[in-house]
Amino acid sequence: MEAMHRVLERNRLWYGVALMIERVSPVYRAFTWAEHLVKAKLFGCRMCGQCALPATAYACPMTCPKQLRNGPCGGVGMDGSCEVYPGMRCVWLMAYERAEAAGRIPDMRRLQRPIDQRKLGQSSWVNYWLDRDDDLWTDDFLRDPAPPLLPAVSETHATETPKAPRPLVTV
Amino acid sequence: MRGRFAVTAELGPPRGASLAPLRRKAKLLHDWVDAANVTDGQSAVVRMASWAGCLVAMQEGLEPVMQLQCRDRNRIALQADLLGASAAGIPNVLLLTGDHPRFGDQPDAKPVFDMDSIQLVWAARTMRDQHRLLSGREMKQPPSWLIGAVENPFAPPQRFRAERLGKKVAAGAQFVQTQFIFDVPIFAKWMEQVRDLGLDGKCWILAGVGPVKSLRALEHMRREVPGMYVPDSVFARLNGVPSERVPAEGIALCAEVIQQVKEIPGVAGVHVMAFGWEDAIPEILERAGLGKRQVAGKP
Repeated sequence: MEAMHRVLERNRLWYGVALMIERVSPVYRAFTWAEHLVKAKLFGCRMCGQCALPATAYACPMTCPKQLRNGPCGGVGMDGSCEVYPGMRCVWLMAYERAEAAGRIPDMRRLQRPIDQRKLGQSSWVNYWLDRDDDLWTDDFLRDPAPPLLPAVSETHATETPKAPRPLVTV
Repeated sequence: MRGRFAVTAELGPPRGASLAPLRRKAKLLHDWVDAANVTDGQSAVVRMASWAGCLVAMQEGLEPVMQLQCRDRNRIALQADLLGASAAGIPNVLLLTGDHPRFGDQPDAKPVFDMDSIQLVWAARTMRDQHRLLSGREMKQPPSWLIGAVENPFAPPQRFRAERLGKKVAAGAQFVQTQFIFDVPIFAKWMEQVRDLGLDGKCWILAGVGPVKSLRALEHMRREVPGMYVPDSVFARLNGVPSERVPAEGIALCAEVIQQVKEIPGVAGVHVMAFGWEDAIPEILERAGLGKRQVAGKP
């Protein structure tokens, strides 16, 4: 997982690739479809378009029925089961256990900002490579005890007028 | 709530449009508690809105805590409700993620969960202290309230629960009410970790307690209420008395838990939850050695 992340880590090359992918609609659709194939198989990915996996030890929080980006909630069963779907193990419990095993507990102490609901179905890789994921989460709260929710106050979400809904991969 | 052991309680609004039941409960409790939560769609069933209940509480001289959860509303509505609460003079808000619709009598409803509790606390702090809405827009009249959250020391992973409280405090939580405590040692362990993180100095921690009225109620708590940890010892104790004595035993147990948590350093008060049994609260508090509140300015 770490190796894969290193290969795909954003840089100027991937930035260029992402620009090209996004420019051509059928290419974007094909790429997104392929991304979904890979990520759904490996992580149960829900194509939220703004990937939290690097900060959750690769346990997808969008599979949480309450869509918690700062889980787990207080309802986890004593046996680790989800309060909403008792047959399912709590994904945030899995995230925590994996983080603990990998020495990544500080990641669990990051505050995750609310997602942009418009990005559902988009390619999270393209968004990541194009530096759109910069403000998804904060530093470990032990190092940054009062982080701001609004990263750059001058940038408001309302400035982006969509031309048409992005080609979506529905999950 | 400032400088001495605090007591808060919970009021469930009625499942109809009359204010009378809440008014009665508010009158009953206003001498005994510092503030009372008016719950918000608890267990995903329709009850009168929390804000309406809060207004009634204020009319009866009871300081309210408006509960606001993320199940039913998106970020636009949540901010709107926070503004309304402040404008109406509601002094405290308790911000939670909320129970999923599957727990209630309308499981066909759409769960919203546009934000989670930590983001909502964070949003509230941003509105109040940075005077900004989440769109970035600056408010000339920013809201003002005390911001509260909840935490459950018992739900897995227990070793993360103090740090999760830390996240809420970093987001802006100034007081926290915990889930029901039956197992005091586990709660004490959590408090130790909370103190190690220095959170008791930044946040008032109110220990959640409550009386058990019957064995059936206890069974319901264990099975149906998310996040409740009921140890076998409690079952054993309530099983050990004749059925007509169970309510009295439940009250005694609750009073004992209060006395025990009161001794734990860092605990700022208790939050008493007596669903449908608010009448028991004065007795519980008396048995726990917490008399009527003498608050300056209250009638």
